[in-house]
Amino acid sequence: MTEHNIRNFSINFGPQHPAAHGVLRLVLELDGEIVERVDPHIGLLHRGTEKLIEAKTYLQALPYFDRLDYVAPMNQEHAYSLAVEKLMGVTVPRRGQLIRVLYSEIGRILSHILNVTTQAMDVGALTPPLWGFEEREKLMIFYERACGARMHAAYVRPGGVHQDLPVSLIHDIAEWCDPFLKVCDDLETLLTDNRIFKQRNVDIGVVDLDTCWKWGFSGVMVRGSGAAWDLRKSQPYECYEEMDFDIPIGKNGDCYDRYCIRMEEMRQSVRIMKQCCEKLLAADGGGPVSSLDGKMVPPKRGEMKRSMEALIHHFKLYTEGYKVPAGEVYAAVEAPKGEFGVYLVSDGTNKPYRCKIKAPGFAHLQAMDFMCRKHMLADVSAILGSLDIVFGEVDR
Amino acid sequence: MNWDLVLDLAIMLGKSLLLLVCLLVFIAYILLADRKIWAAVQLRRGPNVVGPFGLFQSFADLLKFAFKEPIIPSGSNKGVFLLAPLISCFLSLGAWAVIPVAEGWAIADINVGVLYILAISSLGVYGVIMAGWASNSKYPFMGALRSAAQMVSYEVSIGFVIITVLLCVGSLNLTAIVEAQNTSWGMLRWYWLPLFPMFIVFFISALAETNRPPFDLPEAESELVAGFMVEYSSTPYLLFMLGEYVAIMTMCSLTTILFLGGWLPPFPIAPFTWLPGVFWFALKVCLVFFMFAMVKAFVPRYRYDQLMRLGWKVFLPLSLVSVVVVAFVLQVTGWGPVH
Repeated sequence: MTEHNIRNFSINFGPQHPAAHGVLRLVLELDGEIVERVDPHIGLLHRGTEKLIEAKTYLQALPYFDRLDYVAPMNQEHAYSLAVEKLMGVTVPRRGQLIRVLYSEIGRILSHILNVTTQAMDVGALTPPLWGFEEREKLMIFYERACGARMHAAYVRPGGVHQDLPVSLIHDIAEWCDPFLKVCDDLETLLTDNRIFKQRNVDIGVVDLDTCWKWGFSGVMVRGSGAAWDLRKSQPYECYEEMDFDIPIGKNGDCYDRYCIRMEEMRQSVRIMKQCCEKLLAADGGGPVSSLDGKMVPPKRGEMKRSMEALIHHFKLYTEGYKVPAGEVYAAVEAPKGEFGVYLVSDGTNKPYRCKIKAPGFAHLQAMDFMCRKHMLADVSAILGSLDIVFGEVDR
Repeated sequence: MNWDLVLDLAIMLGKSLLLLVCLLVFIAYILLADRKIWAAVQLRRGPNVVGPFGLFQSFADLLKFAFKEPIIPSGSNKGVFLLAPLISCFLSLGAWAVIPVAEGWAIADINVGVLYILAISSLGVYGVIMAGWASNSKYPFMGALRSAAQMVSYEVSIGFVIITVLLCVGSLNLTAIVEAQNTSWGMLRWYWLPLFPMFIVFFISALAETNRPPFDLPEAESELVAGFMVEYSSTPYLLFMLGEYVAIMTMCSLTTILFLGGWLPPFPIAPFTWLPGVFWFALKVCLVFFMFAMVKAFVPRYRYDQLMRLGWKVFLPLSLVSVVVVAFVLQVTGWGPVH
């Protein structure tokens, strides 16, 4: 008898793989169908966003945030704007806050639809993505009607939002809400009680709460394991305090719980959106949408024709930008994928000295190895789907 | 020279060609129907550009595949690589030799038709294994291994399901199986009702046998990209696809023959009996295929171990028990075939 060294079968999962969610490359070591080791390789979409921001004025840096998690662009802009506002000590008028919250929730639904349906696709159900994308399309049109762009909005800006919303748009968004709940129900009939879908997701990729905290998880990953941790409730920003909504949590921390939480969060987001629309249309919902501080927020076009000061402000803001007082600040929002944070250091000039971005997906991706170990090959794509990875923010 | 033999051969050849052409045209439209049904479920239009309502889409695809350059990976075993799609296509076409599409309309009405089909469709797995092996690439290899295990597992339960039908008929001849269902009760005495659980088991096993969702593991997109077909392009790829759809048609017609009374009209009374048998046969095949297509649109995919569990721990015992039960019932009641 001769001895043979049995070598594991190693395969490249990505970067060109239909289930790799962008440009992820996983090097998998397989023992038959059993995964022995997962080695995520990142960096294929690295654009040096953080460094580029150091060479831009505070306003010019904003559009980079659209390009991080490009599934829910405005939520990232929001975090950055909050950071700048904190440094400047500016408060956003109430209408601006309402619009921000409204569009943050639209972003959350955009992201969750994509994630839930592609998670279904990762386990082989090909119909949900097409059902979900119809609603995404409508939401993107709401984006477009607010700011002119479907993805790279550059709408939420330090000081408020770029423009006011037309009344008809607010009505249309309010009308969209209830039919969407029906679409959620339809999606659930395909998936939630489907035996095969459950077999593929229940008890797959289980993470306990302790591990979640240790690995720096946030968002749905933590809530799936049973902690009611949501920045919108725990440290409310904007006007989330006024809103009435619930935080769904899971029990087992498996892929199925995370799926269920995302479905429920979409419903809760719709609840918040309805409240926002109602408040925006109410008598006290009017007013400016951004700070009236001319040193930070550019003047209206009409004003520039009449006021010399406004013209000077406009010139200064679009040539030099505004100076931000020296200091450092961390601002975070509950982005659809978890806690999205911006750590901003200012040296008192018109450009950030340093801008560190905390992307939730990055922390989640590093868990691939211990989550997938001893699972089967097919579970890798199910787990990856439930982590909700978007490479724009992981690689930055 | 024996002119009779030559004439017989010529007739045989003509029949085969006629069947081949009809079958391929039928499959061209079944393929389109598959895509259209799938599209309708997904709220899309499906192919609608080539010809009215996209009716010529399959022919356009055929031309596209045929005119493309076949790419053969340098590391592959060239001979086996090209042989694999031929095998899987020829074998699945070969099964059609014994299928009676109407009374007396079979190329070869042999008395062990069922056995022949089982044998031929078991060989089909060789095409997949050879493709996976000859590609000399990792994803196809995984796909081939999965496929081998899957096809073997489900053939066992298919075999037992067929045995229950054979017990009721007392013959392995496909025409005899249909004739045995020809009673004055019409569709109520076709075997789908008396053997209902077996009808379901057979349908699901047929999905597994033909690698349709939810059992499309050999070509699972989200895990293995395209499984054993990763390295294939142009005509060899076309042959695989064609083989797959012919195999699906075989399974649909087998379901029709075994459980849905083949070419028999639903009730042996006036307006139904006016229509030719081949119409009823095609209609039933289309109905079964519609179920195939709907399943594809609705279900997620099984994981490898779950697929094995379903095959060996659920279907195998179920079909074994039903063989015993059916035999017992036939023996006790004397309903069995009389010789």
